[in-house]
Amino acid sequence: MATGVQRANQLTIADLKGKVDPDWCPGCGDFGVLAAIQKALVELRIPTHNTVTISGIGCSSNLPGYINTYGMHTLHGRALAVATGLKLANHELTVLVTGGDGDGFGIGGNHFMHCMRRNVDLLYIVMDNQIYGLTTGQSSPTSRLGMKTKSMPFGNIEAPVNPISLALAAGATFVARGFSGEQKHLTELIKQGIQHQGFSFLDVFSPCVTYNHDNTYQWFRPRVKKLEDDTTYDPTVWTAAMEKSLLWGEEIPIGKFFQRTDLPTLHGAEPVLNDGPLVHRDPRVPPDIARLFVEELM
Amino acid sequence: MQQTFAIGIGGAAGQGVATPGDIFAKIFSRRGLSLNAYNAYQSIIRGGHTFLTIRTGTEKVSNIGDRIDLLIPLNQDSMDRHLRLLGSGAACIYNAETITPAPAADGVQLCPLPVSQLADIARNKVAQNTLAIGAGLHMMGVGFQALENVLGEQFKKKGEAVVAENVGIARAGYDYAAAHFAAFPNPLPKTENRYAILSGNIAMAMGGAAAGVKFYCAYPMSPSTGVLHWMAAHARKAGIMVRQVEDEIGVINMAIGAAHAGVRAMCATSGGGFALMSEGLGMSAMIETPVVVIDCQRAGPSTGVPTKTEQGDLWQMLGAAFGDYPRVIVAPLDITDCFKIIPEIFNLVDRFQCPGLVLCDLLLSEGRLGVDPKDLDFSPPIDRGELITSRGNGGGSAVGKNGDYLRYRNTESGISPRAIPGVAGYIHTAATDEHQEDGVLISDEFTNPAKRRTMMEKRMRKVAGIEAAVLPPLLSGPRDADVTLIGWGSTKGVIEEACEILNEQGISANQLQIRWLVPLHGEAILEILEGTRHTIIVENNYSGQFARYLRSETSFVADGHIRKYDGEPFLPHHIVEAVKEQLAGKTKLSVPTHEILV
Repeated sequence: MATGVQRANQLTIADLKGKVDPDWCPGCGDFGVLAAIQKALVELRIPTHNTVTISGIGCSSNLPGYINTYGMHTLHGRALAVATGLKLANHELTVLVTGGDGDGFGIGGNHFMHCMRRNVDLLYIVMDNQIYGLTTGQSSPTSRLGMKTKSMPFGNIEAPVNPISLALAAGATFVARGFSGEQKHLTELIKQGIQHQGFSFLDVFSPCVTYNHDNTYQWFRPRVKKLEDDTTYDPTVWTAAMEKSLLWGEEIPIGKFFQRTDLPTLHGAEPVLNDGPLVHRDPRVPPDIARLFVEELM
Repeated sequence: MQQTFAIGIGGAAGQGVATPGDIFAKIFSRRGLSLNAYNAYQSIIRGGHTFLTIRTGTEKVSNIGDRIDLLIPLNQDSMDRHLRLLGSGAACIYNAETITPAPAADGVQLCPLPVSQLADIARNKVAQNTLAIGAGLHMMGVGFQALENVLGEQFKKKGEAVVAENVGIARAGYDYAAAHFAAFPNPLPKTENRYAILSGNIAMAMGGAAAGVKFYCAYPMSPSTGVLHWMAAHARKAGIMVRQVEDEIGVINMAIGAAHAGVRAMCATSGGGFALMSEGLGMSAMIETPVVVIDCQRAGPSTGVPTKTEQGDLWQMLGAAFGDYPRVIVAPLDITDCFKIIPEIFNLVDRFQCPGLVLCDLLLSEGRLGVDPKDLDFSPPIDRGELITSRGNGGGSAVGKNGDYLRYRNTESGISPRAIPGVAGYIHTAATDEHQEDGVLISDEFTNPAKRRTMMEKRMRKVAGIEAAVLPPLLSGPRDADVTLIGWGSTKGVIEEACEILNEQGISANQLQIRWLVPLHGEAILEILEGTRHTIIVENNYSGQFARYLRSETSFVADGHIRKYDGEPFLPHHIVEAVKEQLAGKTKLSVPTHEILV
């Protein structure tokens, strides 16, 4: 897909830097996620103009402005819907969707579910900090039971969503979890997610150093265990992945839970796209076809 | 005024009202006759009452009119509701074994069919319908061959035996009428014209295909679903990606995503779905990615009356999404216009990079019209505006980093050349946060009042360009008329006919029909209305939404109002009678009663 001025094999991290620096709080987990995305794109040698990074709204959703790819900073919760339309109009583009847990599992929950069952070919990275940051610290769909926040000052009484189990149940064809504190591992998961043909879901523990004092780097570090370190784990077995997804507490698995490659992507399943991306087509209906459309009404 | 002939077919949903309607429509169209059809129905799949009116004539038939010439009630309920409304010279064909005639006016011919003597009703459940079609066509002076041909096509898939059976039943009805019923005095005329029969929904869908729409998505919602059905059925031939989406929020965002990638994208819904799209329209305006949304209005508020018509969404359109932004709103005038308006509005929104809203309604969406095929032009002008789709066509020296290319360049027209993702050298971020010319956000740490003001003014400068690109409305009819009727969108045809009737009755009337709601061209409208004698605004809603809008934009206050919000469209006599009572000084607000209970 490399075209034009940029020779993709010469890409460097500097080429992936945006015009402005992130406005995240010092120590925010999202820095690590941004760095891992940039590394992954350099290592995969995808020309920057052929990648579109699409986000919703929230701290982490500011990411498209900090990376030198085409970007869209859309509405709260809507990034996956926008990305689906964009991918169907030009399926040659590499599409990354980035956002937070509130954006994806709260206000955007409906689109999340449907994007997975459609197997839209994109990588969805959720920077999961288990809190609402930009609105200054309210409970999120992944906040743990009992967690005290500004919106639940006496403790959260609502059970958190399990993003990994949810993605598995909804039919996501690539399901993984990373940790912002594990750069190399995270970069590898992002690369695999981009290369996977279909919907790739990557939930990343990305600690909020300002508003979440429960789920900190120090809390995660001793708990996260890489699935890749367990040689007996087979990520093609859905039931095993579902079982692993339920582990939480002293041991929290990170890595690739599940992948299947036997299902068509949404754009691959639609014959209308057989002749190439819609954006490159002649918009006109051929005259002989147009005549048929009118004649069937006569 | 042209001679027309109208058939009314009434029955319960599931009794087969649609099929005789389709058969009559085909026969009329093949005789070179135009037609206008409207089906009054309810939100149920079986039962209730539906009433289909098909009015035909040698020239374009602008509305369903006041008069039914031939009534075919398929059950007692339909007989009871409609026979009393027939006038002298009309006829009613019915199953004599199941339906008892209600009292009828003098000069109405009752035509009872002894259905079980003429057909094997145990074998054919809809024999009464087919018999009535045969009998009716004989009375209209239509040769049997025309019906035989259409029945042959209609039942072709079911095999020759079924065709023969239906032709036999139709023949029995035809012959029975010849022997027992008086024919209408004027046989149905014939012309050399050819018409395509289509609904407004089909017209808007085809208009989209003609405009080069490559992405259409929707969530099913009456009365807009017909657009989705046409698009889905023709997607592969027309090369259009059609998706059914989880909700209307997903719909608008998906359409904007596709549009942002560089294709023309469209979606349709009704008022409830449109409400969910509101935030998305603001995004279209802010990131300056054009999209077209069709709202097929139905009677609201809330779920309202899903199968009934209204012009009640105007203020929702005017106020959709928060903040100020340029938008285009148009209301198609008839079903032909439903087709033509789509390429027109796409050229505008592509040029001005803003959302475009089509304010249709159930009357047009689900009504049907005989349209001259020449009016369905699949080669309209396509103007994509300042769109950069390859390194070659952008000019300038935009190569390099995110931010070197000014996606939101502050130009005199407010229009900034738009590059689509995938083009080397034009990398940028399109953000719903306020941003500077290069796309970098100014809403968070960089908030800057001067920059904010610059960007607001840049976008809003497009409003003047849009106004200049659209023609102001025109007055039709004599300039010095006794009364000026002002309407918008779908009421064009019925107001036209009301004017004709008024003129015949010695009251001169002219018409100002509004198509472009935004831009409105307030000054041009004031010039037109200056010197008019008596102005009346006609609209299909409770509060006079257009009257209030016109007043807010121009300070113009009309002399009177005719409003209807019972779910059914205006009929010509509603307007004629209201005009007379208002000219006589009896009232300034008329709310006509819909006499037909459907």
